[in-house]
Amino acid sequence: MSGTFVGMPAFPEAARDAVRDTTLRGNLRHATHTIRAKRAKAVAELEDWARLREAGRQIKDRTLRRLDHYLVQLEEAVTAAGGTVHWAADADEANRIVAGLVRATGEREVVKVKSMATQEIGLNEALAAEGIAAYETDLAELIVQLGDDRPSHILVPAIHRNRGEIRDIFARTMSEWGRPAPDGLTDTPAELAEAARLHLREKFLRAKVGISGANFMVAETGTLVVVESEGNGRMCLTLPETLISVVGIEKLVPTWRDLEVFLQTLPRSSTAERMNPYTSMWTGTRDGLTGEGDGPRAFHLVLLDNGRSDTLADEVGRQALRCIRCSACLNVCPVYERAGGHAYGSVYPGPIGAILSPQLRGTASEIDASLPYASSLCGACYDVCPVAIDIPEVLVHLRERVVQGGPVTRRGAKVTLRPAKGHAAERAAMRAAAFAFTRPGTLAAGQRLAARTRRFHPRRLPGPGRAWSDSRELPKVPAEPFRDWWLRTRGGKDAEK
Amino acid sequence: MRVALFLTCVNDTLYPDTGRAVVKLLERLGVDVDFPAGQTCCGQAHYNTGYRHRAEPLARHFAEVFAGYDAVVTPSGSCGAMVRELYPRMGARARAEGRGTSLTSALAPVVPKTYELTEFLVDVLGVTDVDAYYPHRVTYHPTCHGLRSLGLGERPTRLLAQVKGLDLVELPGADECCGFGGTFSVKNPDVSAAMGLDKVRAAESTGAGVLCAADNSCLMHIGGTLARLDSAMRPVHLAEILASTEEEQLV
Repeated sequence: MSGTFVGMPAFPEAARDAVRDTTLRGNLRHATHTIRAKRAKAVAELEDWARLREAGRQIKDRTLRRLDHYLVQLEEAVTAAGGTVHWAADADEANRIVAGLVRATGEREVVKVKSMATQEIGLNEALAAEGIAAYETDLAELIVQLGDDRPSHILVPAIHRNRGEIRDIFARTMSEWGRPAPDGLTDTPAELAEAARLHLREKFLRAKVGISGANFMVAETGTLVVVESEGNGRMCLTLPETLISVVGIEKLVPTWRDLEVFLQTLPRSSTAERMNPYTSMWTGTRDGLTGEGDGPRAFHLVLLDNGRSDTLADEVGRQALRCIRCSACLNVCPVYERAGGHAYGSVYPGPIGAILSPQLRGTASEIDASLPYASSLCGACYDVCPVAIDIPEVLVHLRERVVQGGPVTRRGAKVTLRPAKGHAAERAAMRAAAFAFTRPGTLAAGQRLAARTRRFHPRRLPGPGRAWSDSRELPKVPAEPFRDWWLRTRGGKDAEK
Repeated sequence: MRVALFLTCVNDTLYPDTGRAVVKLLERLGVDVDFPAGQTCCGQAHYNTGYRHRAEPLARHFAEVFAGYDAVVTPSGSCGAMVRELYPRMGARARAEGRGTSLTSALAPVVPKTYELTEFLVDVLGVTDVDAYYPHRVTYHPTCHGLRSLGLGERPTRLLAQVKGLDLVELPGADECCGFGGTFSVKNPDVSAAMGLDKVRAAESTGAGVLCAADNSCLMHIGGTLARLDSAMRPVHLAEILASTEEEQLV
């Protein structure tokens, strides 16, 4: 397995293998059902959950409406606190900025806090191309990195691995990256965690450069916030001399006080905890004159757009930018549970990925055009979303974009998308159905034809119809449609009125 | 009160028994129900597959056909949700696209008077005991759009609980989607089938002989899976159970 998503097949093909992989299905079912139940319990504890959810939605919407204003305010606050702000329009620019900053320190290695933004831009690969080694320090990201694998979940990137697989990865590959796994390593969680702890400790103590993302940025103070469980983040944020944070521009909140909402909803939604173990907040650098206090001597904030402004321009799709990356939608999604995270062809899998990737990357590729259809529209994701993103609404909106084309914003310019290829037969069928459904006589004639020929209907369909009949019997067409029965038995009723 | 049955295109074409059951049930409860012959399809499949503009004339047609009635009753959670949740949204989108308020004002009258069957029974007629008799062990699957879009809550199970002879057993993981999802069932057949199989296994584990739901589209998928597996369990629409009496038993 390679570490990137280039050349992914469309979702249905990618999902097919996952559905048949019984180990993967078992791992995912166990993990998602466990955390799903825990989340429900943690959320039910709060009487004001519905109001917290609505507050989170409104804070995010208000911020997004005036994002330009708050970003400038943030830049001023970060600069005043001794940090330097860089603006990156896309992944390449962000990677160039970060690589340049690391090179300027003279270092050849960095330690990383778990970060979706740096996964999104492929930072590790870009740094490797510059001869810089980036070490993931989150336990699950470490498993993914050591296994030359891809993350399959936002919060639990190695959710597709079980303990035995993790033991094998550690035993086989830790020595290539640093301190080897202890001899005779078993698959007990305590031993696996200890092996990772020892392996990572030497990296924490040696590293001069740390790289992070952030869960939140506070515009009024210039403060960045990382919420985590393992403490590896705190090590990376405080020990290195230089800290570089790559953060999506939508991670802003206007005021410190706004955090009170999200610091309640995020942990309960993601890990089902009342409070996460480590919340690290930092504002600029340690005192520049005296060199006293904690934290880095140099702090760089790279603000990442990479399709976010284009997404913001779409009035239905922009709600995806409210996302706080909690993963509750993945854990509750019946499609994610069976297809697994890799099928989504992005670091953002599951329902949120299905609406985020086709907006951030566009719908030109096969995988991105198929993602809006990777849902039965059951609505479980919307129910659990702590910022009330109506994921089914955005999915349907993006389906429309795929089959009908229409106006979108790409790289800041308004363009009109052409309808995607490969939907011609479906378009024709929809047109024909719409024709018949606005003419009751035509519909009735079709129903009668189906009823009269019902003895000749095959049990299994050829061609595209096999998608149904490979796993399900077809419904039997009745001898007469309801409307004919009604006409036959109650024919005069309409006439009397 | 002039009550119209909106049977839905799927039921009209493939499940006329459900239509007859609704008529029988409503007439037994003293409701004078009509079936306007001009009715066709609410446009849900178009809308959900990305053909919103094609769904608009169907929505307008729906509004015209049912204009003269005080209440529109449908035995489908998803078609009910289409009218109640998505028709207003279609109007709002048309407005946002600079096409004025004509769609919104055309659809507005039918939206609040459209009821899913169990809503009509429990909220409008105020009944939960409909004098039904159905001596079978039944498990109930709450379909997604009825559960989450319309918020049917306990209405269906309250109705089932009052049916004489009926042994209602809880379905494990009831609120999980069966995997139908309209065109999802053919666009993502492997995942859809896997979800259907898990739903069927959960239903079979209850020992019930009947899997009941209030939406025949989902039952078509679940029932098709049951039939392929040669399962003894039968899919039955809620209306058919509620229509069944000691005198006229549904088999």
